[in-house]
Amino acid sequence: MKSFRLVWANLHRKKIRTTLTVGSFTVALFLFGLLAAVRIGFRGGVDAAGADRLDVINRVSLILPLPFSYRDRLLRISGVSGVTYANWFGGVYQDERNFFPQFAVDKDTWFDVYADYAVSPEGREAFLRDRQAVMVGRSLAKRFGFKVGDRIPLRGTIWAGNWEFNVAGIYDGSQPDADTSGMFFRADYLEERRAFGKGTVGWYVVKIGNPDDAVRVTKAIDDLFANSPFETRTQTEKAFAASFVKQMGNIELLIMSIGAVVFFTLLLVTGNTMAISVRERSGELAVLKTVGFSDVRVLRLILAEAVLIAGQGGFIGLALAKLVIPGLSRALPMLGALYVSPLTFGLGFVLALFIGTAAGVLPAVGAMRLRVVDALRRV
Amino acid sequence: MVRIDGKGNSAGLVRVRDLDKIYRRGNEDIHVLQGLNLDIDAGDFVAFMGPSGSGKTTLLNLLGGLDLPTSGSITVAGDEITRMSAGKLTSWRARHVGFIFQLYNLIPVLNAFQNVELPLLLTKLSRAERKKHVETALAVVGLADRMKHFPRQLSGGQEQRVAIARAIVADPTFLLCDEPTGDLDRKSADEIMDIIDRLAKEHGKTVLMVSHDPRAAERARVVLHLDKGVLMEAAKAGVGA
Repeated sequence: MKSFRLVWANLHRKKIRTTLTVGSFTVALFLFGLLAAVRIGFRGGVDAAGADRLDVINRVSLILPLPFSYRDRLLRISGVSGVTYANWFGGVYQDERNFFPQFAVDKDTWFDVYADYAVSPEGREAFLRDRQAVMVGRSLAKRFGFKVGDRIPLRGTIWAGNWEFNVAGIYDGSQPDADTSGMFFRADYLEERRAFGKGTVGWYVVKIGNPDDAVRVTKAIDDLFANSPFETRTQTEKAFAASFVKQMGNIELLIMSIGAVVFFTLLLVTGNTMAISVRERSGELAVLKTVGFSDVRVLRLILAEAVLIAGQGGFIGLALAKLVIPGLSRALPMLGALYVSPLTFGLGFVLALFIGTAAGVLPAVGAMRLRVVDALRRV
Repeated sequence: MVRIDGKGNSAGLVRVRDLDKIYRRGNEDIHVLQGLNLDIDAGDFVAFMGPSGSGKTTLLNLLGGLDLPTSGSITVAGDEITRMSAGKLTSWRARHVGFIFQLYNLIPVLNAFQNVELPLLLTKLSRAERKKHVETALAVVGLADRMKHFPRQLSGGQEQRVAIARAIVADPTFLLCDEPTGDLDRKSADEIMDIIDRLAKEHGKTVLMVSHDPRAAERARVVLHLDKGVLMEAAKAGVGA
């Protein structure tokens, strides 16, 4: 700690160089924050998926429906405690750029199976009362300024025509970072008005009493409908969400690859900067050793400089990401709920410190091994 | 009393015996110091003179524990420094040696106070105690009013005075000066030599100085000449050979 002033002073020796190096960390950690937020956005459904829910889809493709009649048969399977269903609607609100997900769901069971959505009793009651009722997610409501009682017109793309909905309530997620960018309306309203697909649902969601039963129940469901015109594929909700994300490509691998390249480059750049910095002042380091600074102490001084640069840059980058990303999330709602979680912040900061340390190791070891007599001769 | 015949008694501050230093350049061995013996008492002010390449700086580096001899021994105040590990030698240097270089070698990003404080960062002194020591050292070299100045804001002579303050702040056993006036004009050189002279006479510091400058060497009580790694002759008072 006594040597902190020396470390700090050394950082101010070449202000432009230090600023640029800190800037590299800032940019890299900002990018890390952004990529991590996008990853969370994509994985939001996977991470939020309930362990006690199974998704049942048409074995051929998710876009093919399943008969409504399956509901009662599913309910009879041992271990199943509830069944609900949903349809993808795909309507347009005012303009196609205003995309947000819309689902037609079973009014009676949806919010029981998804008890992790927080809905007020008045909202729930209004939803049951009005055939055109819709439950709007908190972030969607914020995005377009929807309030309870508002009327939302959508232009159908799968089922043509103008569809109008009345906002019955606003739902929240169980976690502050939950995705609330969509809306749920009543499947009976869809059923009543749609020209085709009557008597079918998009997919079923099966609630099981004991998550340990998932494998057995999954098999029981698929066996039940085997060799029928509508064979099923049943997965845990987590696996379903993950496969959904995979349809967009291996986002995780892409993000990890970009991150790895950026950090490796950062490691090389910072290592080089530190090496130059140490080489430039080998005489001064020799003087420190002359007056009694041990080799280890000199090593620690150089490492401390590298870590301080990394820490400053990393913190600024992550703080910027934390500030900017909510705005980005609002501007690009199709990416889901983007945010820099405390875990991302902590992990990014630790990563920055690690890279700073790694980048400083070689120059620091060089400084540690510096022979005083040789270095003084070069002064 | 300074002796170069290897017959000094063990009570001296510095005792050098059969000191050899050989550098290897390619396939060639260069004998920088050859069988050197030296005894120096506490409080002596010794100047080493000689042509370039005669081994003066090498001898100073060996005496200060910055380098190790090829053979022979150096004992300072009872400690045989040639047998110490690198770590031990570093601590020994911090306690016993004050270095003054030709080019001052101050840390440019630290001000005069901070430069002088450097050796004290290795001690257990409190901040207030360190401050007191630094102020005293800077006062001794007449720079009490330049504490907050950075090296670039000081003249060459002032920089060297800060370097002297840094060398004496931890109250070392002896001072090793490598061409302390080599980069200074006559007036500044005289001022620096006045300070070193005063440290030896008034504060009883043992000073070992390498210099090309006969006027600087005149201040020493004893002048030793090195030629091709051998102490060839001794001059002035108090030399036994």
